[in-house]
Amino acid sequence: MQDEPTPEELIKAVADFLRNDIAPALAGHNAFKLRVAINALDLVTRQLKLARGSDAAEADRLSRLLGAGGSLGELNRVLAGRIAKGELDLQTPGLADHLWQTTMDKLAVDQPNYAAYRRELQGDKKPHN
Amino acid sequence: MEPLLERSVASWCPGASGVTGAVRLSGGASQETWSFDIVHPDGTIGAILRRAPQGYGAAPERAAGLGTEAVLMQRAHVAGVPSPRVLHVLQPEEGLGTGFIMQRVEGETIPRKILRDAQFAEARPKLARQIGGILADIHGLSWSDLSELRPMTPAKEIAELERDYRGFGWPRPVFELALRWLRDRDPGPSAQMTLVHGDFRHGNLVIGTDGVRAVLDWELAHAGDPMEDLGWICVNSWRFGEIDQPVGGFGSREELFDGYEKEGGRVDSDRVKYWEVMGTLRWGVMCCGMMQRFRLSPEHSVERAMIGRRASETEIDLLRLLAPRGN
Repeated sequence: MQDEPTPEELIKAVADFLRNDIAPALAGHNAFKLRVAINALDLVTRQLKLARGSDAAEADRLSRLLGAGGSLGELNRVLAGRIAKGELDLQTPGLADHLWQTTMDKLAVDQPNYAAYRRELQGDKKPHN
Repeated sequence: MEPLLERSVASWCPGASGVTGAVRLSGGASQETWSFDIVHPDGTIGAILRRAPQGYGAAPERAAGLGTEAVLMQRAHVAGVPSPRVLHVLQPEEGLGTGFIMQRVEGETIPRKILRDAQFAEARPKLARQIGGILADIHGLSWSDLSELRPMTPAKEIAELERDYRGFGWPRPVFELALRWLRDRDPGPSAQMTLVHGDFRHGNLVIGTDGVRAVLDWELAHAGDPMEDLGWICVNSWRFGEIDQPVGGFGSREELFDGYEKEGGRVDSDRVKYWEVMGTLRWGVMCCGMMQRFRLSPEHSVERAMIGRRASETEIDLLRLLAPRGN
């Protein structure tokens, strides 16, 4: 077992240091590049926090949808292939829900401020009739 | 760089006494953009150089080539499309590579500023209609004599996107769904084949307080369905957060279509929608391409890596187009 602090804590500490102490001292293109770098660290922090749970749920949905087992990568390859062949489509029960959930989970890590994601998130919270 | 530019400028700009302030603006793998000033007794002339440096061979498959780009910009300028005047086409003996020099147009290209800054408040509500008119004019430019313009159809575009996507070797079920959707609904080649700008969106439009001042970057121009340009400007990725304003985050489809038809164009809104889906997938594939370049190129650019992580934005946009949840 590796010791503390956790990778999540370390990366967050580095991102905060860059954001609070270094970013104000930079200007021009380097300031822009630093912002992108901080965004990358923030993304990694979110992935470390969220991906384990969302990956497990995605694998679970895929196994049910495809009636097969395998790694997440293998299951996604099978799903991609079956959509390409037209064996599964938006009429297939569960497919649209699965793609939506999987995509929402990706955006939660990649770009939680993306306007379309925020709009859909509001929709998720509204009671469905 | 400045000595080379000075020698070139002396050969075609009578009275010019020198060149100052040459700075490189952006870099592609095979193309460079430089900004510089020509010192002239009648007043300084702001200029832009677009070139492929010597030693770079074939342009990317999609590109029309800098020579064609110069011809198109000049035609657009003459036809009254806001477009920088082409000042000079580079000659081999100048040692600057291939490309051209054009007038620098002052204005803003950064989307967030155009969409939010107070100085553009008056221009914003007019932009969608104006852009519709500009596109109609672009689609009216003559092109059939330009052999480097590739004729494109939906089927060819789908095939290229699919080949690029499969080349990444990373499964994306939402992209597969979009590819099926596009293939099942392929409307066939357009009855009207016109010049298509190919990359008409924020970043390639210089905006002033008075509206559009210049259309830039004709690198992806081709012959094809004029509705492609109307669909591409509606892709959600170019709305920069203003998702309820489909045209570049500043206007409605109705305004765009109205401007297009007032200038003599004919709109097929189903085809526009079709190209919006195609364009969304295209930007997604381009994001994946950035990820691949990040991995393969020695620059190891964090920016490219992070654009790779934006492919998922196009996945949610595709789902909103193809499988809306009704909220």
